[in-house]
Amino acid sequence: MTLTVPAPAATDVRVKRRPPEGFSTITLLIRRFDPETDAEPYWRDYDVDVLPTDRILDALHTIKWEQDGSLTFRRSCAHGICGSDAMRINGRNRLACKTLVKDLDTTKPIYVEALKGLPLEKDLVVDMEPFFEAYRQVQPFLQAGTTPQNGRERLQSAEDRERFDDTTKCILCAACTTSCPVFWTDGQYFGPAAIVNAHRFIFDSRDDAAQVRLDILNDREGVWRCRTTFNCTEACPRGIQITKAISEVKAATMRSREKVKIA
Amino acid sequence: MVSLRPAPKLPPTSTSPRLSLPKAPAGTVYRGHEGMWSWVLHRITGVGIFFFLLVHIMDTALVRVSPQAYDGVIAEYKNPIMGLGELALVAAIVFHAFNGLRIILIDFWSFGTKHQRGMFWAVIIAWLVVMAGFAPRQLITILEEFPR
Repeated sequence: MTLTVPAPAATDVRVKRRPPEGFSTITLLIRRFDPETDAEPYWRDYDVDVLPTDRILDALHTIKWEQDGSLTFRRSCAHGICGSDAMRINGRNRLACKTLVKDLDTTKPIYVEALKGLPLEKDLVVDMEPFFEAYRQVQPFLQAGTTPQNGRERLQSAEDRERFDDTTKCILCAACTTSCPVFWTDGQYFGPAAIVNAHRFIFDSRDDAAQVRLDILNDREGVWRCRTTFNCTEACPRGIQITKAISEVKAATMRSREKVKIA
Repeated sequence: MVSLRPAPKLPPTSTSPRLSLPKAPAGTVYRGHEGMWSWVLHRITGVGIFFFLLVHIMDTALVRVSPQAYDGVIAEYKNPIMGLGELALVAAIVFHAFNGLRIILIDFWSFGTKHQRGMFWAVIIAWLVVMAGFAPRQLITILEEFPR
Protein backbone atom coordinates (compact mmCIF):
# COMPACT_ATOMS: atom_id res chain seq x y z
CA MET A 1 0.00 0.00 0.00
CA THR A 2 1.39 3.30 -0.95
CA LEU A 3 0.44 6.60 0.50
CA THR A 4 0.45 9.51 -1.82
CA VAL A 5 1.38 12.63 -0.02
CA PRO A 6 -0.03 15.65 -1.79
CA ALA A 7 2.69 17.99 -2.86
CA PRO A 8 2.59 21.24 -0.90
CA ALA A 9 1.28 24.11 -2.90
CA ALA A 10 4.23 26.10 -4.03
CA THR A 11 2.20 29.14 -5.00
CA ASP A 12 2.15 32.34 -3.05
CA VAL A 13 -0.58 31.78 -0.51
CA ARG A 14 -0.99 35.48 0.03
CA VAL A 15 -2.36 35.92 -3.48
CA LYS A 16 -4.54 32.81 -3.48
CA ARG A 17 -5.81 32.90 0.09
CA ARG A 18 -9.45 33.83 0.47
CA PRO A 19 -11.02 34.63 3.85
CA PRO A 20 -13.74 32.26 5.10
CA GLU A 21 -17.42 32.94 4.42
CA GLY A 22 -18.53 36.25 5.99
CA PHE A 23 -15.00 37.27 6.90
CA SER A 24 -13.01 39.92 5.17
CA THR A 25 -9.30 40.62 5.22
CA ILE A 26 -8.23 43.89 6.76
CA THR A 27 -4.77 45.35 7.12
CA LEU A 28 -3.55 46.67 10.43
CA LEU A 29 -0.51 48.92 10.64
CA ILE A 30 0.84 48.62 14.15
CA ARG A 31 3.54 50.82 15.62
CA ARG A 32 5.91 48.31 17.20
CA PHE A 33 8.66 48.95 19.70
CA ASP A 34 10.81 46.55 21.70
CA PRO A 35 13.13 48.48 24.02
CA GLU A 36 15.62 45.59 24.03
CA THR A 37 16.19 45.54 20.29
CA ASP A 38 14.83 48.74 18.73
CA ALA A 39 16.33 52.19 18.89
CA GLU A 40 13.01 53.74 17.92
CA PRO A 41 9.50 52.53 17.08
CA TYR A 42 8.67 51.26 13.59
CA TRP A 43 5.53 50.32 11.69
CA ARG A 44 4.64 46.78 10.71
CA ASP A 45 1.64 45.53 8.73
CA TYR A 46 -0.57 42.53 9.45
CA ASP A 47 -3.42 41.00 7.44
CA VAL A 48 -6.26 39.65 9.56
CA ASP A 49 -9.52 37.91 8.66
CA VAL A 50 -12.33 39.51 10.61
CA LEU A 51 -16.10 39.71 10.77
CA PRO A 52 -17.63 43.18 10.50
CA THR A 53 -18.83 42.81 14.10
CA ASP A 54 -15.36 41.95 15.37
CA ARG A 55 -13.54 44.53 17.44
CA ILE A 56 -10.03 45.81 16.91
CA LEU A 57 -9.14 43.90 20.07
CA ASP A 58 -10.19 40.67 18.30
CA ALA A 59 -7.92 41.54 15.40
CA LEU A 60 -5.03 42.18 17.82
CA HIS A 61 -5.74 38.82 19.50
CA THR A 62 -5.70 37.08 16.13
CA ILE A 63 -2.33 38.61 15.36
CA LYS A 64 -0.92 37.72 18.75
CA TRP A 65 -2.27 34.16 18.82
CA GLU A 66 -1.84 33.16 15.19
CA GLN A 67 0.77 35.36 13.55
CA ASP A 68 3.16 37.11 15.91
CA GLY A 69 3.22 36.19 19.58
CA SER A 70 5.59 39.03 20.40
CA LEU A 71 2.91 41.70 19.90
CA THR A 72 2.36 43.29 23.29
CA PHE A 73 -0.75 45.10 24.47
CA ARG A 74 -2.84 45.44 27.63
CA ARG A 75 -6.35 44.13 27.93
CA SER A 76 -8.32 42.65 30.73
CA CYS A 77 -12.11 42.54 30.70
CA ALA A 78 -12.40 43.19 26.96
CA HIS A 79 -15.84 44.74 27.52
CA GLY A 80 -15.15 48.42 28.00
CA ILE A 81 -15.17 48.40 31.79
CA CYS A 82 -11.60 47.86 32.99
CA GLY A 83 -10.04 50.57 30.84
CA SER A 84 -6.89 48.59 29.99
CA ASP A 85 -6.85 48.70 26.20
CA ALA A 86 -7.00 52.39 25.39
CA MET A 87 -4.85 53.04 22.32
CA ARG A 88 -4.67 55.31 19.31
CA ILE A 89 -6.70 53.79 16.47
CA ASN A 90 -6.64 55.74 13.19
CA GLY A 91 -5.24 58.74 15.02
CA ARG A 92 -7.83 58.87 17.79
CA ASN A 93 -7.79 57.50 21.31
CA ARG A 94 -10.28 54.67 21.69
CA LEU A 95 -10.75 51.41 23.54
CA ALA A 96 -9.77 48.54 21.23
CA CYS A 97 -12.57 46.48 22.80
CA LYS A 98 -15.24 49.05 21.91
CA THR A 99 -14.11 49.79 18.36
CA LEU A 100 -15.92 47.64 15.79
CA VAL A 101 -14.34 46.86 12.45
CA LYS A 102 -17.53 47.89 10.62
CA ASP A 103 -17.26 51.41 12.03
CA LEU A 104 -13.84 51.93 10.44
CA ASP A 105 -12.87 52.40 6.82
CA THR A 106 -11.37 48.98 6.04
CA THR A 107 -10.48 49.86 2.44
CA LYS A 108 -7.45 51.55 3.94
CA PRO A 109 -5.03 50.15 6.53
CA ILE A 110 -6.02 50.74 10.14
CA TYR A 111 -3.35 52.49 12.16
CA VAL A 112 -2.90 51.22 15.71
CA GLU A 113 -0.38 52.83 18.04
CA ALA A 114 0.21 53.44 21.72
CA LEU A 115 -1.22 56.36 23.67
CA LYS A 116 0.65 59.61 23.19
CA GLY A 117 2.23 61.59 26.01
CA LEU A 118 3.02 58.72 28.39
CA PRO A 119 6.40 56.93 28.23
CA LEU A 120 6.31 54.08 25.70
CA GLU A 121 7.33 50.78 27.26
CA LYS A 122 6.69 48.22 24.53
CA ASP A 123 4.48 48.06 21.42
CA LEU A 124 1.07 49.31 22.62
CA VAL A 125 1.97 49.46 26.31
CA VAL A 126 2.75 52.78 27.99
CA ASP A 127 3.84 53.60 31.52
CA MET A 128 0.63 54.68 33.27
CA GLU A 129 2.35 55.81 36.47
CA PRO A 130 2.40 59.59 35.71
CA PHE A 131 -1.32 59.29 34.96
CA PHE A 132 -2.14 57.54 38.23
CA GLU A 133 0.15 59.88 40.17
CA ALA A 134 -1.94 62.86 39.01
CA TYR A 135 -5.09 60.90 39.89
CA ARG A 136 -3.85 60.24 43.44
CA GLN A 137 -2.94 63.89 43.95
CA VAL A 138 -6.56 65.09 43.70
CA GLN A 139 -7.53 62.83 46.64
CA PRO A 140 -10.18 60.78 44.82
CA PHE A 141 -11.93 59.39 47.89
CA LEU A 142 -14.76 60.51 50.15
CA GLN A 143 -13.68 62.82 52.95
CA ALA A 144 -16.64 63.54 55.17
CA GLY A 145 -16.28 65.64 58.30
CA THR A 146 -19.51 64.37 59.87
CA THR A 147 -20.52 61.04 61.33
CA PRO A 148 -23.64 59.56 59.75
CA GLN A 149 -26.61 59.38 62.09
CA ASN A 150 -27.38 56.14 63.93
CA GLY A 151 -24.51 54.40 62.19
CA ARG A 152 -26.33 54.43 58.87
CA GLU A 153 -25.42 55.65 55.39
CA ARG A 154 -25.03 59.28 54.49
CA LEU A 155 -28.28 60.01 52.68
CA GLN A 156 -28.34 62.07 49.53
CA SER A 157 -31.21 63.37 47.44
CA ALA A 158 -31.60 62.19 43.86
CA GLU A 159 -30.82 65.73 42.68
CA ASP A 160 -27.60 65.86 44.69
CA ARG A 161 -26.57 62.50 43.26
CA GLU A 162 -27.39 63.67 39.74
CA ARG A 163 -25.08 66.67 40.15
CA PHE A 164 -21.92 64.56 39.69
CA ASP A 165 -23.40 61.52 37.97
CA ASP A 166 -21.53 62.09 34.70
CA THR A 167 -18.09 62.03 36.32
CA THR A 168 -18.76 58.79 38.21
CA LYS A 169 -18.55 56.92 34.91
CA CYS A 170 -14.76 57.24 34.57
CA ILE A 171 -12.85 53.96 34.10
CA LEU A 172 -9.36 55.53 34.25
CA CYS A 173 -8.38 54.33 30.78
CA ALA A 174 -6.30 57.49 30.14
CA ALA A 175 -7.86 58.03 26.69
CA CYS A 176 -8.74 61.61 27.67
CA THR A 177 -5.50 62.62 29.35
CA THR A 178 -3.38 61.30 26.47
CA SER A 179 -5.56 63.08 23.88
CA CYS A 180 -4.82 66.45 25.49
CA PRO A 181 -2.30 68.62 23.57
CA VAL A 182 -1.40 70.39 26.82
CA PHE A 183 -0.57 67.07 28.50
CA TRP A 184 1.64 66.00 25.56
CA THR A 185 3.89 69.01 25.99
CA ASP A 186 3.50 69.63 29.72
CA GLY A 187 3.73 66.40 31.68
CA GLN A 188 3.13 68.32 34.92
CA TYR A 189 -0.48 69.13 33.98
CA PHE A 190 -2.93 67.10 36.05
CA GLY A 191 -4.80 66.10 32.92
CA PRO A 192 -8.51 65.66 32.25
CA ALA A 193 -8.95 62.33 34.06
CA ALA A 194 -7.63 63.63 37.38
CA ILE A 195 -9.88 66.69 37.13
CA VAL A 196 -12.89 64.52 36.26
CA ASN A 197 -12.30 62.45 39.39
CA ALA A 198 -11.82 65.58 41.47
CA HIS A 199 -15.12 66.88 40.05
CA ARG A 200 -16.81 63.67 41.16
CA PHE A 201 -16.03 64.52 44.82
CA ILE A 202 -16.04 68.33 44.66
CA PHE A 203 -19.71 68.28 43.64
CA ASP A 204 -20.69 65.42 45.99
CA SER A 205 -22.91 66.85 48.74
CA ARG A 206 -21.60 64.22 51.23
CA ASP A 207 -17.98 65.30 50.82
CA ASP A 208 -16.41 68.05 52.90
CA ALA A 209 -12.96 68.40 51.30
CA ALA A 210 -14.02 70.21 48.13
CA GLN A 211 -11.92 73.25 49.05
CA VAL A 212 -8.80 71.11 49.54
CA ARG A 213 -9.14 69.70 46.01
CA LEU A 214 -10.00 73.11 44.55
CA ASP A 215 -6.83 74.53 46.11
CA ILE A 216 -4.80 71.70 44.57
CA LEU A 217 -6.37 72.29 41.15
CA ASN A 218 -6.11 76.09 41.36
CA ASP A 219 -2.37 75.51 40.98
CA ARG A 220 -0.29 76.63 38.02
CA GLU A 221 -0.45 73.10 36.57
CA GLY A 222 -4.09 72.67 37.53
CA VAL A 223 -7.38 73.41 35.76
CA TRP A 224 -6.09 76.64 34.22
CA ARG A 225 -3.82 74.66 31.90
CA CYS A 226 -6.97 73.46 30.12
CA ARG A 227 -7.24 75.17 26.72
CA THR A 228 -10.68 73.73 25.90
CA THR A 229 -9.63 71.75 22.83
CA PHE A 230 -12.38 69.20 23.57
CA ASN A 231 -10.12 66.30 22.54
CA CYS A 232 -10.81 64.68 25.92
CA THR A 233 -14.59 64.89 25.56
CA GLU A 234 -14.39 63.34 22.10
CA ALA A 235 -11.96 60.61 23.17
CA CYS A 236 -13.85 59.46 26.28
CA PRO A 237 -15.18 55.92 25.66
CA ARG A 238 -17.75 56.49 28.41
CA GLY A 239 -19.15 59.66 26.86
CA ILE A 240 -18.30 61.85 29.86
CA GLN A 241 -18.62 65.57 29.09
CA ILE A 242 -15.08 66.12 30.35
CA THR A 243 -14.47 69.69 29.17
CA LYS A 244 -17.78 70.68 30.78
CA ALA A 245 -16.68 69.08 34.06
CA ILE A 246 -13.35 70.92 33.89
CA SER A 247 -15.21 74.18 33.22
CA GLU A 248 -17.37 73.54 36.28
CA VAL A 249 -14.25 72.99 38.40
CA LYS A 250 -12.78 76.21 36.99
CA ALA A 251 -15.97 78.03 37.95
CA ALA A 252 -15.94 76.41 41.42
CA THR A 253 -12.45 77.76 42.10
CA MET A 254 -13.82 81.28 41.57
CA ARG A 255 -17.27 80.93 43.15
CA SER A 256 -18.50 78.45 45.72
CA ARG A 257 -19.51 75.07 44.33
CA GLU A 258 -23.19 75.74 45.11
CA LYS A 259 -23.18 78.77 42.85
CA VAL A 260 -21.79 76.96 39.80
CA LYS A 261 -24.60 76.89 37.28
CA ILE A 262 -25.58 73.55 35.83
CA ALA A 263 -26.17 73.50 32.11
CA MET B 1 -12.70 35.95 21.72
CA VAL B 2 -11.35 32.49 21.14
CA SER B 3 -11.07 31.89 17.44
CA LEU B 4 -12.31 28.50 16.30
CA ARG B 5 -11.06 29.04 12.80
CA PRO B 6 -8.02 27.09 11.67
CA ALA B 7 -4.89 29.14 11.81
CA PRO B 8 -4.35 30.76 8.43
CA LYS B 9 -1.21 29.76 6.65
CA LEU B 10 1.42 32.37 7.26
CA PRO B 11 2.22 34.26 4.10
CA PRO B 12 5.75 33.81 2.92
CA THR B 13 7.87 36.70 4.02
CA SER B 14 7.63 38.90 1.01
CA THR B 15 10.71 40.58 -0.31
CA SER B 16 8.88 43.51 -1.83
CA PRO B 17 6.58 45.42 0.53
CA ARG B 18 2.93 45.47 -0.59
CA LEU B 19 2.32 48.89 0.85
CA SER B 20 4.55 51.69 1.89
CA LEU B 21 4.78 51.70 5.66
CA PRO B 22 4.68 55.08 7.35
CA LYS B 23 8.10 56.35 8.26
CA ALA B 24 7.02 58.44 11.23
CA PRO B 25 8.34 56.55 14.24
CA ALA B 26 6.91 59.28 16.44
CA GLY B 27 3.41 58.21 15.43
CA THR B 28 0.62 59.78 13.45
CA VAL B 29 -0.80 63.25 13.97
CA TYR B 30 -3.66 63.14 16.47
CA ARG B 31 -6.93 63.54 14.59
CA GLY B 32 -8.76 66.03 16.74
CA HIS B 33 -12.01 67.72 15.82
CA GLU B 34 -13.05 71.40 15.56
CA GLY B 35 -11.98 72.10 19.14
CA MET B 36 -8.39 71.02 18.60
CA TRP B 37 -7.94 72.73 15.25
CA SER B 38 -9.50 75.98 16.48
CA TRP B 39 -6.96 75.89 19.33
CA VAL B 40 -4.09 75.26 16.88
CA LEU B 41 -5.25 78.19 14.72
CA HIS B 42 -5.67 80.36 17.82
CA ARG B 43 -2.07 79.61 18.82
CA ILE B 44 -0.63 80.25 15.36
CA THR B 45 -2.55 83.50 14.87
CA GLY B 46 -1.70 84.56 18.43
CA VAL B 47 2.04 84.08 17.93
CA GLY B 48 1.83 85.83 14.54
CA ILE B 49 0.01 88.81 16.05
CA PHE B 50 2.58 88.96 18.84
CA PHE B 51 5.46 89.31 16.35
CA PHE B 52 3.53 91.94 14.42
CA LEU B 53 2.99 93.94 17.62
CA LEU B 54 6.69 93.62 18.45
CA VAL B 55 7.69 95.12 15.11
CA HIS B 56 4.84 97.63 15.26
CA ILE B 57 5.90 98.98 18.66
CA MET B 58 9.51 99.25 17.48
CA ASP B 59 8.70 101.15 14.27
CA THR B 60 6.28 103.46 16.09
CA ALA B 61 8.91 104.11 18.76
CA LEU B 62 11.22 105.33 15.98
CA VAL B 63 9.19 108.54 15.80
CA ARG B 64 10.77 109.46 19.16
CA VAL B 65 14.23 108.87 17.70
CA SER B 66 13.71 110.85 14.53
CA PRO B 67 10.62 111.55 12.42
CA GLN B 68 12.71 111.10 9.25
CA ALA B 69 13.71 107.58 10.25
CA TYR B 70 10.06 106.80 11.01
CA ASP B 71 8.96 108.12 7.61
CA GLY B 72 11.70 106.07 5.98
CA VAL B 73 10.54 102.86 7.61
CA ILE B 74 6.89 103.50 6.78
CA ALA B 75 7.84 104.23 3.15
CA GLU B 76 9.72 100.94 3.13
CA TYR B 77 6.48 99.16 4.07
CA LYS B 78 4.71 100.42 0.95
CA ASN B 79 5.17 97.45 -1.31
CA PRO B 80 2.85 94.66 -2.47
CA ILE B 81 4.46 92.05 -0.19
CA MET B 82 3.57 94.14 2.87
CA GLY B 83 0.10 94.69 1.39
CA LEU B 84 -0.44 90.94 1.35
CA GLY B 85 1.09 90.80 4.82
CA GLU B 86 -1.56 93.23 6.01
CA LEU B 87 -4.22 90.99 4.52
CA ALA B 88 -2.81 88.03 6.46
CA LEU B 89 -2.58 90.17 9.59
CA VAL B 90 -6.24 91.19 9.39
CA ALA B 91 -7.23 87.58 8.70
CA ALA B 92 -5.31 86.43 11.78
CA ILE B 93 -6.68 89.18 14.04
CA VAL B 94 -10.29 88.65 12.93
CA PHE B 95 -10.07 84.90 13.60
CA HIS B 96 -8.27 85.42 16.91
CA ALA B 97 -10.85 87.99 18.02
CA PHE B 98 -13.94 85.94 17.16
CA ASN B 99 -12.46 82.70 18.50
CA GLY B 100 -11.44 84.57 21.65
CA LEU B 101 -15.11 85.45 22.19
CA ARG B 102 -15.95 81.77 21.67
CA ILE B 103 -13.42 80.74 24.32
CA ILE B 104 -14.81 83.33 26.76
CA LEU B 105 -18.29 81.91 26.21
CA ILE B 106 -17.00 78.34 26.74
CA ASP B 107 -15.48 79.40 30.05
CA PHE B 108 -18.20 81.65 31.40
CA TRP B 109 -21.49 80.57 29.81
CA SER B 110 -22.81 77.38 31.38
CA PHE B 111 -24.02 76.11 28.00
CA GLY B 112 -20.75 77.10 26.31
CA THR B 113 -19.14 73.66 26.31
CA LYS B 114 -22.30 72.13 24.87
CA HIS B 115 -22.41 74.50 21.91
CA GLN B 116 -18.66 74.86 21.26
CA ARG B 117 -18.83 73.16 17.86
CA GLY B 118 -21.66 75.35 16.62
CA MET B 119 -19.84 78.40 17.94
CA PHE B 120 -16.70 77.36 16.03
CA TRP B 121 -18.62 77.35 12.76
CA ALA B 122 -20.19 80.67 13.74
CA VAL B 123 -16.64 82.02 14.13
CA ILE B 124 -15.72 80.73 10.67
CA ILE B 125 -18.83 82.29 9.12
CA ALA B 126 -18.23 85.62 10.86
CA TRP B 127 -14.60 85.47 9.69
CA LEU B 128 -15.69 84.79 6.11
CA VAL B 129 -18.16 87.71 6.19
CA VAL B 130 -15.55 90.16 7.47
CA MET B 131 -12.88 88.91 5.09
CA ALA B 132 -15.30 89.04 2.14
CA GLY B 133 -15.65 92.73 2.90
CA PHE B 134 -11.98 93.44 3.49
CA ALA B 135 -10.01 91.18 1.12
CA PRO B 136 -11.34 92.59 -2.22
CA ARG B 137 -10.86 96.16 -1.01
CA GLN B 138 -7.28 95.43 0.07
CA LEU B 139 -6.42 93.53 -3.13
CA ILE B 140 -7.77 96.39 -5.26
CA THR B 141 -5.67 98.87 -3.28
CA ILE B 142 -2.56 96.75 -3.78
CA LEU B 143 -3.20 96.46 -7.52
CA GLU B 144 -3.95 100.19 -7.88
CA GLU B 145 -0.97 101.39 -5.91
CA PHE B 146 1.51 99.02 -7.45
CA PRO B 147 0.69 98.72 -11.17
CA ARG B 148 3.17 96.52 -12.95
